[in-house]
Amino acid sequence: MAVATSNIPNIYKPYLMRIEKVTVEAPGVRTFRLVFTNPEEAEKFTFQAGQFAEYSSFGDGESTFCIASSPTRKGYVECTFRQAGRVTSGLASKDVGDVIGFRGPYGNTFPLEAWEGKNIVFVAGGIALPPMRCVIWNVLDLRDKYKDVTILYGARTVADLVYKDELAEWDARPDVRLVTTVDPGGETPDWKGQIGFVPAVVEKAAPSAENSIAVVCGPPIMIKFTLPVLSKLGFKPENIFTTLENRMKCGVGKCGRCNVGKTYVCKDGPVFTFAQVKELPPEY
Amino acid sequence: MAETRLIRKDALTKLFEKTRQSGRRILAPKAKGEQAFFEEVTSFGEVCLDHVQTRSSAKEAVFPKCEALLRYKFGDKGAVSYDEKPFEPPVTVVFGTRPCDARSLAALRAVFNWDTPDKFYLEREARTTIISVSCTKADSDCFCTSVGGGPGDTAGSDILLTPVSDKEYLAEILTEKGQAIVALAPELFATAGGAQKEPHLAKVAVQFDVNELAKTIPVTFNDEKVWQEQSLACLGCGTCAYVCPTCACFDIQDEANRQGGVRLRCWDSCGFSLFTLHTSGHNPRHVQSQRWRQRVMHKFSYYLERQGMLGCVGCGRCSRACPVDMNLVEHLKELALHGRNG
Repeated sequence: MAVATSNIPNIYKPYLMRIEKVTVEAPGVRTFRLVFTNPEEAEKFTFQAGQFAEYSSFGDGESTFCIASSPTRKGYVECTFRQAGRVTSGLASKDVGDVIGFRGPYGNTFPLEAWEGKNIVFVAGGIALPPMRCVIWNVLDLRDKYKDVTILYGARTVADLVYKDELAEWDARPDVRLVTTVDPGGETPDWKGQIGFVPAVVEKAAPSAENSIAVVCGPPIMIKFTLPVLSKLGFKPENIFTTLENRMKCGVGKCGRCNVGKTYVCKDGPVFTFAQVKELPPEY
Repeated sequence: MAETRLIRKDALTKLFEKTRQSGRRILAPKAKGEQAFFEEVTSFGEVCLDHVQTRSSAKEAVFPKCEALLRYKFGDKGAVSYDEKPFEPPVTVVFGTRPCDARSLAALRAVFNWDTPDKFYLEREARTTIISVSCTKADSDCFCTSVGGGPGDTAGSDILLTPVSDKEYLAEILTEKGQAIVALAPELFATAGGAQKEPHLAKVAVQFDVNELAKTIPVTFNDEKVWQEQSLACLGCGTCAYVCPTCACFDIQDEANRQGGVRLRCWDSCGFSLFTLHTSGHNPRHVQSQRWRQRVMHKFSYYLERQGMLGCVGCGRCSRACPVDMNLVEHLKELALHGRNG
């Protein structure tokens, strides 16, 4: 019996993207620059800072990462990931010219327009700089719209710092205050940054909370000890932003695993203020 | 829209023939040992309507256990291309669902049509006609009336048949899809006269106040002890999710060889520890009590807030199938009480 097939698109079908550039950032950590294989799709594609996507290594499956490049840089998207499981190992084995899948953009965004005219303080730890890099470049590419920009970034060791070239670039800019730190014992003889854990370095750097927004991303332990420091500096929970991660499959509120209570990280997040995070049950 | 007719039981043989001739496949309860399962049937003679409830739900008609979301081929030098064919699921009649199962479609649709429509679910549903049979008996695990349903509830059915004598069904033709089935053999459907369905329906007592439950369980969220006690016996086997007509959670996995592969969507369960496990080893729901809490909260609290309806139709399958006899209704009653007592 014939029934007309409707035109509902397949929401699980990724864009096919060619790897244009591979950067090894740190041991096991890579950045891919991806371009659309279909120019028509490239033409229509837009995203905003904070959104994430599902990246496919065909034959291995899909994995969820944020988009690490800024929407102000057109024509490509970038992602940074650590090789850890089946999909990320599959991705890590790919090279320039290979095709991978990209499904997105999904989720909400950082309210960059609402932040215009404010100071922005970025606090990141380890592999959590990628979700923030998107916002950092977005802010720096529209530099006139924002006041002071402070970037505080820490990793366990010097080798674990990602985007080393960009850190040097930010360090050289007179309109950016960059503070980098590594955990005690993680320094090299020629290390010129700070030595100490992120919360202590934030306290020492003491960015002003006046007319300021803080964006904090990092391992849970770093966040746990950084929040009280920011609070002491006068930052209100509604002015501190983060992006949450939970295991995901679909990215669009159907597969049922990223929810924290009634809140779906994929649909209501991944960007939350700490005023919102405080209301969530401890399931993230 | 709703029209009421009478159809003789022995006319169903003919109706099945006509339905099959029209190119529709028919899924219906078939007896296997002491239980019944939805399977494809070729004649009415294969159908068994003696059971209160089939072991698994009719959900597979619209949401198969495992289905292909896409197929791809590997080319030279790292190239990938899609192997695209139009998605044409079989035109299907599900016969012999109970009213609770028919109701469950709304809960599934609420998820699969949430903001980003899911082609696979919606196209299967569009090609599926539900012919339900009212319940004339119930068992101690049935609780449809506690969650807004009933043994003769019409919601979700295209045709609802209620046995009104040994030889006849009262047929409520509820939708255009239902009318299309009647149109295959209109001579089989007689005028209803004064036949009433209510006297023939099973009596299912209301066991708890679902509106009260919705208010009290969020209060219980942080009461770890309640959830731990309730789930102490839970094996995390996922059987409850696999027999559930509304559970919609799924996994996405690839299967491939050197030539190409397929991306599959398969049923999953929030009862499995792997369900939420992060790559880092962190697991937001790291003990079974949190996973049991997720199951209950999702169906009776989150669903209500996000989808505007309950994620449970009271079929009782989870309680019947649980290998360690965790009884949902008993636990819900306890939770309602706990929340009330603070």
